[in-house]
Amino acid sequence: MTSPIDVAALKRDFAIFDKKMRGGKQLVYLDSGATSQKPRQVLDAERFFYENNNAAVHRGAHLLAEEANEAYEGARQIVADFIGAGADETIFTKSATESLNLIAYSFGNSKPGSKFHLKAGDRIVVSEMEHHANLIPWQQLAKRTGAELVWFEITEEGRLDLSKIADVINKKTKIVAITHQSNVLGTINPIQEITQAAKKVGAVVVLDACQSAPHFQIDVKELGIDFLAFSGHKALGPTGVGICWGKGEHLSEMEPFLTGGSMIETVTMTDATWAPAPRKFEAGVPNMAQAVGLAAALNYLSKIGMDRVAEHDALLTEYALSKLVALPGVSVIGPQNGLDRGAVVSFTIDGIHPHDVGQALDGNGIAVRTGHHCAWPLMRKLNLVGTTRASFYIYNDLQDIDILVQSIGEAQKFFGVL
Amino acid sequence: MELESLYQEVILDHYKHPANKKLSPDYTAQVHHVNTSCGDEITLNLSLKDGLISQVSWEGVGCSISQASTSIMTDLMIGKNTESALSVLGEFTSLMQSKGLAKGDELVLEDAVALAGVSKFPARIKCALLGWMAFKDAISQSVTQQEK
Repeated sequence: MTSPIDVAALKRDFAIFDKKMRGGKQLVYLDSGATSQKPRQVLDAERFFYENNNAAVHRGAHLLAEEANEAYEGARQIVADFIGAGADETIFTKSATESLNLIAYSFGNSKPGSKFHLKAGDRIVVSEMEHHANLIPWQQLAKRTGAELVWFEITEEGRLDLSKIADVINKKTKIVAITHQSNVLGTINPIQEITQAAKKVGAVVVLDACQSAPHFQIDVKELGIDFLAFSGHKALGPTGVGICWGKGEHLSEMEPFLTGGSMIETVTMTDATWAPAPRKFEAGVPNMAQAVGLAAALNYLSKIGMDRVAEHDALLTEYALSKLVALPGVSVIGPQNGLDRGAVVSFTIDGIHPHDVGQALDGNGIAVRTGHHCAWPLMRKLNLVGTTRASFYIYNDLQDIDILVQSIGEAQKFFGVL
Repeated sequence: MELESLYQEVILDHYKHPANKKLSPDYTAQVHHVNTSCGDEITLNLSLKDGLISQVSWEGVGCSISQASTSIMTDLMIGKNTESALSVLGEFTSLMQSKGLAKGDELVLEDAVALAGVSKFPARIKCALLGWMAFKDAISQSVTQQEK
């Protein structure tokens, strides 16, 4: 098995891999599930924008304003194409967290009579494997409106338990907010099954694509979802930019989340009307350079080809799983094979706390995530205080995993648990 | 190697055989602290008798640094009066904030000087301080309680 990506050549686009880690070690970056590294092309695009086109978009009649506008709206089109959406349905936010809050707060702002209005007796469905960003906005929306929060549990294997789907997504259900891929378990959820059940009862489906959109081809129409959120920084893009996609028919009926400049149509001292989507949801001067940087990142991914990215990820995941499952004293959390599983492998080591594992790996230049992964309820369900998580991306290769496996053995020896 | 400078033998010993790690049934104050960045938790019971710390016991989950540091702290504090306990705590806190420059006074901090290396790793300082901050909280709660 060889990867369709020439990792050694690609790595030259990422200056961070020239950095020397503690003790002069090379960087083995296995934390892309938290944030990805950025290629020069992304940094160059941001810099080019600032040096050549910088002006506030949607205002001003000068050349720079025109160019900034073109760059920003051009970026929107690139993002829309990347997820199979229309540009008018694609909203720039500051993060995926803000995207999910935008949807939740907009629903919360809906007046009685609106299809998004929530009240006691309505139901919001999430799952036990949500990270905090796709749990707390809904949990708090339920508290504010009196709606009931229910959730899908997970199976022993770490998959979504859909055996009671007809009970969970029932006639009262208004919203189903679910992750496409767990950031801890790696599990990729069967979204079509959920959208079908939601459609039957007229509920909208909000998909958290933070872990999926950077890693495999997403088509919002094919998925049959109503809303989608993902962050730029996990997809080679800059921090400070996220995406919120919603079906046009929904966006036009929704109340705004943040209000202010840019998002209005007319304003008097006592009232205002809203611009059409997406501008209705983009109050203030937006994050233009970050949007341009994200577009460059998605172009970078598209140039490789998302099919190749997915194939590369699958190869690394299978390899890592086969190695880690075989290690004595190591337990892989979540599905033990690569079926419907993304490039995230969490594990525990008997007798060594995840924080100490992370420290020991750091000694060999390896960057992993340790702790509860912003998914505290899932940790409680699994009866764990935390895990160590290795996550892979286009700049990783099999050797990175070999170094990880070898370093785990060294850590076990150091802490005297083997 | 960096790893050995952080994980001194004393630390690993305390981690494997923590002192006073069993909650006493009676106490003047009980506190529960959480390290929100990693999820480590500690419950600590403290007994004050005639101005002296007669008992410190604890239960909790956490990394070797947090467990060893708490264990060392309890050994150090039992038998002291609140004033000198707080002075030791102040000295340990400064050691943790020393960015690897201080070694710590062994006459005052005893085994806790083994944790000096933690100050070079900003992400781990909170681990080392978890038990100590719980202790500080328990002292102030005990004192308030006794004043009532």
